[in-house]
Amino acid sequence: MSKSSEEVLLIVKNVKNKKTDGTLYLMGERMAWMLESKNVFNISYMYADIKAQKISPDSKEKVQLQVILHDGSANTFLFNNPRSRQTQMQDRESVKELLQQLLPKFKRKISAELEEKNRLLQEDPESFQLYKDLVVSGVITPEEFWASRAHMLPSSTSSSSSSGGKTAPAQNVGVSPAFLADIKPVTDGANGLKYNLTQDIIQSIFKTYPMVKKKHAEAVPHQVSDCEFWSRFFQSHYFHRDRHALSSEDIFTECAKNDEEVMKDEITKNVNDPLVDLTQMKDQSLEDDYRGIVDDTRTSNNVSNQAMIRRFNQHSTLVLRACTSASTGGVASENSAVEGGRKEKDSSRKSKSNEVNHVNGGVAHPTNGTSDSVEEPHRKKKRIKEKIGFEDLDDKEESEGVTLRLTQMDRYLHGPTPSSSTASASVASRLGHDDVTSEDAILSVASEVEGWGSARHMVLGSTEALSVLGELSPGGALMSGTSLQQLHQQVSPATRDEIKQNYNAMCELLRHFWSCFPVSSKSLEDKVVKMRQTLERFEMSKLAPLKEKLSQYHYAMNLTGHLEEMLRAAYLKFDAWQARRNARRP
Amino acid sequence: MKLNVDGLLVYFPYDYIYPEQFLYMQELKKALDAKGHCVLEMPSGTGKTVSLLSLIIAYMRVNPLDVTKMIYCSRTVPELEKVVEEMRGLIDYYIQETGEVPNFVGLALSSRKNMCVHPEVSQERDGKVVDGRCHQLTASFVRNRHKTNSNVPICDFYENFDAHGRETPLAPGVYGLDDLRQLGRQAGWCPYFLARHAMGQAHVIVYSYYYLLDPKIAEMVSKELSKQSVVVFDEAHNIDNVCVESMSVKITRRTIDKCNQNIDDLSKQIKRLLNSQRSFYNGSAFLVVQKAIPGNIRNAEHFVGFMKRFVEYLKTRLRVMHVVSESPPSFLKDCQSKVCIDRKPLRFCSERLQSLLRTLELADIKDYSSLSLVANFATLISTYTKGFSLIIEPFDDRTPTISNPIMNFSCLDATIAVKPIFDRFQTVVVTSGTLSPLDMYPKILDFQPVTMATFTMTLARPCICPMIVSKGNDQVAMSSKFETREDIAVTRNYGNLLVDMVTVVPDGVVCFFTSYIYMETIVAAWYEQGIIDQILKHKLLFIETQDAAETSLALLNYQKACENGRGAVLLSVARGKVSEGIDFDHHYGRAVIMFGVPYVYTQSRILKARLEYLRDQYQIRENDFLTFDAMRHAAQCVGRALRGKTDYGVMVFADKRFARADKRGKIPRWIQEHLTDNLCNLSTDEAIQISKRFLRQMAQPFSRKDQLGLSLLTLEQLQSEEMQKKIETKMQHV
Repeated sequence: MSKSSEEVLLIVKNVKNKKTDGTLYLMGERMAWMLESKNVFNISYMYADIKAQKISPDSKEKVQLQVILHDGSANTFLFNNPRSRQTQMQDRESVKELLQQLLPKFKRKISAELEEKNRLLQEDPESFQLYKDLVVSGVITPEEFWASRAHMLPSSTSSSSSSGGKTAPAQNVGVSPAFLADIKPVTDGANGLKYNLTQDIIQSIFKTYPMVKKKHAEAVPHQVSDCEFWSRFFQSHYFHRDRHALSSEDIFTECAKNDEEVMKDEITKNVNDPLVDLTQMKDQSLEDDYRGIVDDTRTSNNVSNQAMIRRFNQHSTLVLRACTSASTGGVASENSAVEGGRKEKDSSRKSKSNEVNHVNGGVAHPTNGTSDSVEEPHRKKKRIKEKIGFEDLDDKEESEGVTLRLTQMDRYLHGPTPSSSTASASVASRLGHDDVTSEDAILSVASEVEGWGSARHMVLGSTEALSVLGELSPGGALMSGTSLQQLHQQVSPATRDEIKQNYNAMCELLRHFWSCFPVSSKSLEDKVVKMRQTLERFEMSKLAPLKEKLSQYHYAMNLTGHLEEMLRAAYLKFDAWQARRNARRP
Repeated sequence: MKLNVDGLLVYFPYDYIYPEQFLYMQELKKALDAKGHCVLEMPSGTGKTVSLLSLIIAYMRVNPLDVTKMIYCSRTVPELEKVVEEMRGLIDYYIQETGEVPNFVGLALSSRKNMCVHPEVSQERDGKVVDGRCHQLTASFVRNRHKTNSNVPICDFYENFDAHGRETPLAPGVYGLDDLRQLGRQAGWCPYFLARHAMGQAHVIVYSYYYLLDPKIAEMVSKELSKQSVVVFDEAHNIDNVCVESMSVKITRRTIDKCNQNIDDLSKQIKRLLNSQRSFYNGSAFLVVQKAIPGNIRNAEHFVGFMKRFVEYLKTRLRVMHVVSESPPSFLKDCQSKVCIDRKPLRFCSERLQSLLRTLELADIKDYSSLSLVANFATLISTYTKGFSLIIEPFDDRTPTISNPIMNFSCLDATIAVKPIFDRFQTVVVTSGTLSPLDMYPKILDFQPVTMATFTMTLARPCICPMIVSKGNDQVAMSSKFETREDIAVTRNYGNLLVDMVTVVPDGVVCFFTSYIYMETIVAAWYEQGIIDQILKHKLLFIETQDAAETSLALLNYQKACENGRGAVLLSVARGKVSEGIDFDHHYGRAVIMFGVPYVYTQSRILKARLEYLRDQYQIRENDFLTFDAMRHAAQCVGRALRGKTDYGVMVFADKRFARADKRGKIPRWIQEHLTDNLCNLSTDEAIQISKRFLRQMAQPFSRKDQLGLSLLTLEQLQSEEMQKKIETKMQHV
């Protein structure tokens, strides 16, 4: 059933699907088709599931629109408004256009996520195997799988890092200012130009000119192909810096306008540094009419040159912005702090002008807005102090930083030697992290050294120690149950891998299972029941065959014993829980 | 440290001192002792300001009767604020050393726009609007009206100040613009009027040139300053232009149209007032009591009629078909014969207009700016018979078909504005980083200095690397001279020079062009030749535009790019706003390239008239003056890159003509010293090699130890006789 809150954007009647008449509905998040005389949707597609739409050529008699889904299936709608072909066309156009606007919105979201997941799976073979075992075989749903792996997705890592997590943010890759210059047109001999575009360049263009990215997402591949888009981009005057006014039908006109606006925005937002602001520099602005020969008052009339110069500034500004805006970590927070302050200032200024609405307000509110007016001069003063200070005239010994003193020059010059690498690895393992910063390592070693002392009272005497060691060696009393042969020598690698995979898959399932306890809500209750079934299914479909297979090899020990033990424990827990629940609810 | 400068105890707020600072103070003291003027050139970034302040304040403390005030004039608002901060540091040092707060008031003054704290008026960005609105709230008649009708808006800050602020003197201390604003907010006093009032009490006043040089403003602000003041013009290399600027007037057809409107408005206002208050005033309000004003313009209606006639006359004069150039006397004579207007009433036009506007109680003076412009023009042209020229151009030279008449009444003689100052104050210090050749200034400003000196920089390592690049790698001469400037080989060579420099210089590179138009054509050519793309491969590119706000943004981003290590190139214009106001110290400018000799636009008729005048009056040849003017701007541009002895930078003069003796000799001595013969005729390749070596050398660690005893002295070292002798050579009297 459709949600009542879902907004219906468009209704088109007289749409045939599979030779039956019906009505097509376009809603906020999906499109649907309803059979005539019914009031339940027969067909409903989420926009996110739709890969593309196709329309029949104008030359064809039937006016059709085909929707292709991500899973490859397709459905065709035939528009047959009885009035005329003209109205049929109109109907289809309206549907097409609306879809054109709607699809990119959903597409981007979904594809970005998918890409990210895909990447994760490719990078991490273990997860991939697990995914194959559990999701593809239908043991758990993909949502469940990813829900437990949310921490691996980048959106959550960034949030955890901002909340004080230790994971270092990936360094932001800057944009080369000359990326447009790198696109050298090559004549292909036959009166044409060939541009070589690499992924890097496209990324740079998108980063620097977000508007082009938006256009790209909108236009490709619904209106034009990727290739066509870029060739239009190069043909467009937008790409060329000596462009004049753009014609209105050019799809990049909007980009140019947007760029202008961005610049204007930057000007009003950023230029309040008193040492740079040229508009505020002169104290007494002489009126234009009082002017001697001093200034070269000739202004240039070459509009295209002026526009070009402005465009260079714009380009550099945008490149700079592309690098700084995306940078995370300290810089960003600093920026945001500054921006925050600025915003605060703006708002306080606004409030000021709102508050004071009669002219001789003045003393009545002498305090309002002083917070920013105190802050601002302070910062300015600091900057000016910095400017006027002579570091060499002051007797302040500035710290020269830590000088590098090398005891072993070779080691510095030739890289780390194996011994040092194992040492650091051990530190890392001790801390239980894979990525231990050097500071952490040093700290942990230092604390260890500090707490170092002989704990003699806990040490065994040498004879006792020897005997214990003897008992623990093969053949000793404590080792009677074990065979002399090493396990890994007995079991073939293929089997080992299989067992490992099963271990992994089962651990994952058990993790899901155990995470349901304590069962505090209805959804958890459902889940735990479902997990129990899943586990049983797993036992049947995976564990039993494995056990059978292993029994053929006649291994000395029961390799699946532990797996079964774990399953029993889970079943016991579940039974106990169910018994208690039933007891409580007779 | 506490210094002994020629018997005077000087508190110097640093622990070390540059030798040239000590010499500078010595020279300054000589001038103060002699109660005469002086011209001093000291390299930019060697602490001129702090030396000036230290010495003069110390002098004032010891001889409070001889020197009562110091008036420190600088060019830009940030510059003023820097001076205030230096002064604050100095006073803090006094407090620290003597343990008591010295009875000393330092004060900055700026326009209302920068000082106003009125919640609404201060939101305006335009200086004129702020002035106008302030006037609307604080004029005496407005305040009188407020007494009877409390709905008439007034400014509470001004009222408060007027009621309480006048009696209480400022507490000793240093007051910058922000301090004054804060004080104003706290006490509820208007900071602008507070500062104006406190000028009488202050020991040091910091404000911009115009408050002293522009007669219109000086009359209001600086009239009552005592004769026993020391006036300092810092960054004075451009002072003659400021003088000329403030005395010149430009009238276009639009001005005339606006004038006519103004006159109509005025006569309406007068009628209104006459009708409504005839019985009360009996018309006598419009009779000016002042005897000086001639009878025919004493009556308001007569005066308006008079102005109308004069404006009509100007209108006819603008209707010319060819360029007219004449002197003030011939203009007056023509005026007399055509419309029967005498010289005498013209002289009082400005004054009479002001008094009329006052009597009419019109709050908004800025509405009448066109009329007051014409009135000022009338007063100027009838007051000065010499040193001015009137040029009427019927059209712009580049568009001879479009009629756009302009009447330029321009001052040719800087002395007219500055002479009264030299006459009035006992000591005037003209100083800057780039004043060479020094002897030019006394000539064009017409004064007799008691001492003129130029100082070089004592350096432990050669931290500037000036060079003249005269040819490209293809041996084609590089020059911006008119005949070859469009030559494709020249622009390409300039481009290649920049591309090569950009590859070897870290962080910021600043380039200056001779004019905006020239820069524009070069950039266009570079784009065609693919040079821009090559530059972009190494650094970001920012370009000065004619829009100040846009340029500010470009500058800001330029600095950002230098900060974050990306590096950037800034293309800018000599004589432009950037070259005058922005410092490119340290990594903001590791190399400065001067493309071409920045001659002023020589085809301008006004310039030609001025050159002629200088030749006739002061025996300065045209070429000498033009070269002087070009070289001071070039030096100013390259000098922007250096601040302090820990800074370093490459200075490239990219024009063959710089190598000629007449140009090279006019470069300031501290740069010339390092510009040896082997650096005077380089090709691009050679220049790159030299810069590479220089930059590598400079990037090595540099500590105080390296400097101490050479370019940095402790008190003991300074006092040793040997050192005294040694540093004497660093100064040269002219």
